Amino acid sequence: MMIRFEHTRKIYDGATAITDLNLDIPQGELLVLLGPSGSGKSTVLKMVNRMVSHDGGQILFKGKEINSFNVQDLRRRMGYAIQSVGLFPHRTVAHNIATVPRLLGWDAQRVQARTYELLQLLAMDPEQYAQRYPHQLSGGQQQRVGVARALAADPDVLLMDEPFGALDPVTRAALQVALKKIHRATGKTILFVTHDIDEALLLATRIVLLNQGHITQAGTPLELLQQPANDFVADFLGRADLGLKQLSLRSIAPYTKAIEGTEPSHTIAHTATLREAISQMATLHVSTLSVTGESGTVLGQVQATDLLEN
Amino acid sequence: MRELGTLPLQKPRFRANRLGWSVAALLLLAYGLPYSQPLFATLFPALPRPLYLQEPIAELMWQHIGLVLVSSALAVMLATLAGLATTSETGRALKPTMETLAGIGQTFPPVAILAVAVPVVGFGELPALIALSIFGVLPVLQATLAGLASVPLPVIDSARAMGMAPRHILTEVQIPLTIPFWLAGVRTSVVVNIGTAAIASTVGAKTLGLPIIVGLSGFNTAYVLQGAIVLGLLAITADLAFDWLALILHGQATSAVDDQT
Amino acid sequence: MPVSLVQRCNLVLALYVALAVGAACGLPFLRLAPNRLLSGEPVYLSDVLQQQGSPLLLALMLANVALLCFAVWQPKKRITQALLILSMAASLAGVWRLAGQFASSAIQADQAFTRITLGAGFWTLVALAWLMALDAIDRLQLKSLRRLLLQIALMLPLLLSLNVGQHLSIAQEYANQRDVFGPAILRHLQIVLLAVVPALLIGFVLAWRMTRTRSLRQALFPVLNVIQTIPSIALFGLLMAPLAWVAIQLPALGRAGISGVGLAPAVIALFMYALLPIIRSTLAGLEQVPAEAINAARAMGMSAGQLMWQVELPLAMPVLLIGLRTAVVQTTGLAAVSALVGAGGLGQIMFDGLFSAANELVILGVIPIVFLALLADTFFKVLSSLIKKRP
Repeated sequence: MMIRFEHTRKIYDGATAITDLNLDIPQGELLVLLGPSGSGKSTVLKMVNRMVSHDGGQILFKGKEINSFNVQDLRRRMGYAIQSVGLFPHRTVAHNIATVPRLLGWDAQRVQARTYELLQLLAMDPEQYAQRYPHQLSGGQQQRVGVARALAADPDVLLMDEPFGALDPVTRAALQVALKKIHRATGKTILFVTHDIDEALLLATRIVLLNQGHITQAGTPLELLQQPANDFVADFLGRADLGLKQLSLRSIAPYTKAIEGTEPSHTIAHTATLREAISQMATLHVSTLSVTGESGTVLGQVQATDLLEN
Repeated sequence: MRELGTLPLQKPRFRANRLGWSVAALLLLAYGLPYSQPLFATLFPALPRPLYLQEPIAELMWQHIGLVLVSSALAVMLATLAGLATTSETGRALKPTMETLAGIGQTFPPVAILAVAVPVVGFGELPALIALSIFGVLPVLQATLAGLASVPLPVIDSARAMGMAPRHILTEVQIPLTIPFWLAGVRTSVVVNIGTAAIASTVGAKTLGLPIIVGLSGFNTAYVLQGAIVLGLLAITADLAFDWLALILHGQATSAVDDQT
Repeated sequence: MPVSLVQRCNLVLALYVALAVGAACGLPFLRLAPNRLLSGEPVYLSDVLQQQGSPLLLALMLANVALLCFAVWQPKKRITQALLILSMAASLAGVWRLAGQFASSAIQADQAFTRITLGAGFWTLVALAWLMALDAIDRLQLKSLRRLLLQIALMLPLLLSLNVGQHLSIAQEYANQRDVFGPAILRHLQIVLLAVVPALLIGFVLAWRMTRTRSLRQALFPVLNVIQTIPSIALFGLLMAPLAWVAIQLPALGRAGISGVGLAPAVIALFMYALLPIIRSTLAGLEQVPAEAINAARAMGMSAGQLMWQVELPLAMPVLLIGLRTAVVQTTGLAAVSALVGAGGLGQIMFDGLFSAANELVILGVIPIVFLALLADTFFKVLSSLIKKRP
């Protein structure tokens, strides 16, 4: 178990901000802490690397209470990315990324290799960007460097506090996709805070929905959409859209079959989601589509009634 | 009083040239003035003794420079330590007081501190030294505090979260980003000190103000002119030196301090 | 995690109290001299209390100390801060009264030439009391106008009991110089006004031209910066010779008062010094006027003059005021130095005291200068905040 919260409590100025939190985060999970502002999601995140101290209960990192670690050692084993990025304005991109490795005493060659590797991972040409200064980068580029910096020392855990919140929708989408790829490639445990439901549904392997300091529901995105625990969950996820949101999480593959008597002229890739299929049908004013495979071969058809009724 | 400068950025070599000329002119004047009897005799025909000869001007200049250097060094050390101390837990409590004191210093005329030092320590070099040191602290303290405050909070946050120890954060992040402000404060402090040290001649210190004061009380405008020219040139030279230093120290960092208004 | 002791207590106040106790015990409260020429024997606070103290006074002092200790321990309550301010106001008046009463009794006991001067201990206690009160006012976190009124109210008990100290040497010195004071203050204000008003008018016009012509800015700013760097006494000195020459060449000007000494070099130099802060802040103020506002005004058919008066000036005013405040405060301080070139003013009293080794006279000269500077600073700060309120 990578991180475990046991009866964790946090009190601010006499009022309890986090009440009796119990949560297990296994290795390799991309757990999204979701909730409205003031729900305590940032606080939970910051308690993990002791930026905020917990007042009661325990928080265990790989089985040991986090208070028993030396605080700087603990933090160097966790990557941290925030919305305002916080790059050192007086240092180059390369120097910024290399901060924790240098603190850990890596030799210069290893540091440079790692820096270049990370820049490429975040789709930034090292030759072009390594020696630039933060003020010469766009918001999206700065956040990519921020993520690279968080990953630099190959931490066990990545903590991210609404990192894409300040970016425009296009950049945000690109970075969400990039993060998902990195998660799949590295298998890191990621703790991600956001108030954006769509971002949560896209990224999470598991969602924890917080409200006023306690967990209202925890589960996979599909579980939350299909079986919201109460009205708050349903409302937060967008009551009217619950069905549509589910559609974007499911693939058309199980619904592909051979339907006699029809040869739909319009096609759709077998990797598409239900949402994309129905959207395509609505655009073309049809109710069936041919499903194509890797090389363009027709695998079967899908029809609207199947997609909606099953 | 000198505040943050507004000169546009220029190339270092051009600035070094100006500094070089200024230093040359200063030395020329300081050592050459005692020989310029004919010049001043023609300019001031009515005066029987147009040349200040009681002490060599060059000697007065070096004493002046010495006084300013010692008091400025003391002031800068004290102010920088005090300013940096506000970053620690205990120091943070003292920060509002320091800000208030530094602000009061802005309204206090430097002459006043000089005048007040006399009743306490008497005449001579000592009240000058004390007054200059005390007054020199204030611009540097204010600049250090302003510089520290200018470090964006997310930068400090992420530095903490990465596992940097507080003293690391101080040396790696806060100090480098504070230096442009700090240097501007030191510059102001030194340039103002040069002026106040001249006035310290009224309380018995032997500086470049002496020919001016003697000239004023004896209605000898030539003396006043000689003292004033060297003094003015000294201040300009010091200012140019800081200009050049600033360009070397943070030529490649982000926005120049010079842009502030 | 429990809040540490450091964060809970008022460390600053503790420091002040420690310094005050040190000053009260270690530094001489007063100095007693048989005549003007000798520097006098130190008289400590304990000696004064032995002679002048009454049970009531001692009780009040103990209450004061208790209040201070409590304020160090529990700084959060507003009532504590308010009581502290009251007690400091009373203390300021109290030390003055103590000193005055001691002086009165000493004068009656010895000859009339006895001088009782205020010692380092007195001044330190006054400064610390004032600082403690300022800290308390800060903690109350009031708006600027109320803060100002409170700072004035702080001085009231002291001002009301000024005549108790009539036998102190500082009061005697003032009585000797009383005729000089009024004119000196007026002259000082005259110098400041003569320098700042033209600087404001000319500086404003120059800055306005600078927004249109880049070359003017590049030509003028280096010159102004150089002037600002030259020490005031040097600039006064540099102006003396040319002005004297001008007065000789054009006797009409000489009759009008322009000469190498006096007001002329002082006002001209101070005018030049005031230009930089005024021009710089006017320029900054005009440049931050939003382009949309100007465009909208032009679209409405405003002329250049109307644009300036109705749009640019009001919007640039806050920044402009900051520069004006700097200029006035700076000029008030520098005007003290101009006494050296014969311009008179409060600096004259200060330098008279320095040259004749009359310490009290020096203080009598310095206090009004500092007070005027603070007054100007506060006046402009209040003006700035009043302007901010109008949207």
